[in-house]
Amino acid sequence: MLELSSLQKNFGGLKAVDDVSFQVAKGTIKAVIGPNGAGKTTLFNCIAGNLAPTSGSIFFQNQEIKGKKPHQIAALGISRTFQNINLFHGMTALENVMVGRHIRSTSGFLAGMFSLPKSWKEEKKIQQRSVELLDILDLSKFAHVEATSLAFGQQRGVELARALATDPSLLLLDEPAAGLNIYETAEVARLITKIRDMGITVLLVEHDMSLVMDISDEIVVLSFGSKIAEDIPSAIQQNSEVIKIYLGEDEEAMA
Amino acid sequence: MARKSLVLLSLLVLVIGVQLATSMTSTQYYLTQLTMSAYYAIVVIGLSVLMGYAGQISIGHAGFFAIGGYLSAALTTHNLIQFQESGVVKLLSSLGMIVTGQDLYGEELLVFVPWAACIVAIITAGVIAFVLGIPVLKLKGHYLAMATLGFGIIIYRIALASEYFGEADGISEVPGFTIFPALGDIGPVVVSGDFSGRVQNYYIAWCMLIIGLILLQNLINSRVGRALRSIHGSEEAAEAMGVNTARYKLYVFVLSAVYAAIAGVFLTHYNGGIGPSEASVMKSVRYVALVAVGGMANLWGVLIMGVSLTFLSLRGVFGSYDDAIFGVILIMIMLFAPEGILSIKLKGLFFRKNIRAKQEA
Ligand SMILES: Nc1ncnc2c1ncn2[C@@H]1O[C@H](COP(=O)(O)OP(=O)(O)O)[C@@H](O)[C@H]1O
Ligand SMILES: [Mg+2]
Repeated sequence: MLELSSLQKNFGGLKAVDDVSFQVAKGTIKAVIGPNGAGKTTLFNCIAGNLAPTSGSIFFQNQEIKGKKPHQIAALGISRTFQNINLFHGMTALENVMVGRHIRSTSGFLAGMFSLPKSWKEEKKIQQRSVELLDILDLSKFAHVEATSLAFGQQRGVELARALATDPSLLLLDEPAAGLNIYETAEVARLITKIRDMGITVLLVEHDMSLVMDISDEIVVLSFGSKIAEDIPSAIQQNSEVIKIYLGEDEEAMA
Repeated sequence: MARKSLVLLSLLVLVIGVQLATSMTSTQYYLTQLTMSAYYAIVVIGLSVLMGYAGQISIGHAGFFAIGGYLSAALTTHNLIQFQESGVVKLLSSLGMIVTGQDLYGEELLVFVPWAACIVAIITAGVIAFVLGIPVLKLKGHYLAMATLGFGIIIYRIALASEYFGEADGISEVPGFTIFPALGDIGPVVVSGDFSGRVQNYYIAWCMLIIGLILLQNLINSRVGRALRSIHGSEEAAEAMGVNTARYKLYVFVLSAVYAAIAGVFLTHYNGGIGPSEASVMKSVRYVALVAVGGMANLWGVLIMGVSLTFLSLRGVFGSYDDAIFGVILIMIMLFAPEGILSIKLKGLFFRKNIRAKQEA
């Protein structure tokens, strides 16, 4: 479904992503892990079109997507959440999710200005679907609350609902459990599995290994921009190089 | 939905009420300034969608107003008689866009009809906004402000320097703009400063403003409006959700420019002329101040403040401090009430309305 080959992203002299290649199979959960600054977010930004890779290629459903704009990539079926929550301020939780339906609807300026039947019929559908998604994430009671005023965990939920609203075939999650407590983290793990079971392929970035060990089908380990391992979770756990990096960086991370 | 219609209906009643009140108290001279205020408010509500909802600033909208006003004025007054043999003029004549007439001194005149001039002026303003917007809207915040300010200054200098646009005197003797010709007993609908047409023109202006408002309200409550607000909320996230942010910013910029140009065209025909002060930077600053004082993303607030402050200004209440007052208003609002001074009172009203709308849906 997604195939990166020899992907490279330099910031001046810094190789943030250095010759990284891997594939994500349809219907799986793949995790990218690595210590802070390993280049995980940069990798995501290259896939989603926010950053232009220095070299290499990115194929999504057998189509080169390198060089496309983020909104074009979203239209192809890749959606994302952000490491630093990036909700629309000044808009309610429901409106945030409704923006996620933008790419799956078509009413333009004139249809909107003249309130054509096409426009409000579509609007009803958009709202219906968005309420449904908030329901799935157990957030419907916050539908009319300004999204950025919600609790941290709820904001992550709204962001996830918004990403799902685009009907993605590939979902990129950048540290979905960052800043959450262990109960919320377990809930996120359950949700991600559920999303995969809905038929959506998930590529997940995590700093903390414990979450991804349970739910991932495969794991890629990055360190200083390079891929140092790619395997199933149980094998990654045994990988001496991975253990060294994690122990070197932070002993708790393995706990 | 019901509440929205109710608010609109009250505005309509108010508009009619004011007109009746002035005719009963023989204070019809107020209608002149109320007519002009309505036209200026058209600029301001358009700018509100650009600034308040989409989050893109422009300190050059007087430029678009002036493009509309000046072009319509020039086309309907400059005599083309010396070009009457040229192919273009002949073609336009055969299309009915150019007609012959007589000026005040009985000399033969070959000019654009106001309808044609109006359309040319508005399209030109839209095209200029489009071409300007492509590079300029890549800029953000202060840089965008500076670039649009620069555009406004260019238009001002062109108006002031070119003979075609009358230099410092501007253009006068602009004819009335017949929207509908007379039909039997029903008289013609003409935008002009004619004394006899004062009541009619008051209604024309307010109809245009209200229609303009309804269209923008519909837009804001639509898919596109939500996308525009999302750009304001976070451009990066909007793009990630598939919103073509560059295109939407461009379209809303053009839309607001077209609103300004329409106001410019109509006010110019109403006043019978236009001068360079309409293109000045201080006018652009004034529009921004009115959007700010109305609460930025609040079409009603912007309309109310736009009409009332402009009315006071036109009545001469601010005296020779006119421009200074609007500068001060802008600074004060930015410092003390970034949500506009009506935000407190109107909050209850709008909040209830939102919940209603959602329950109904
Ligand atoms: N826009 C940028 N400009 C310059 N350097 C950057 C930029 N974004 C990230 N970096 C650098 O690239 C490296 C990888 O960062 P990042 O991808 O955010 O890591 P991770 O998400 O794995 O913690 C870091 O050293 C970071 O400082
Ligand atoms: Mg990161």
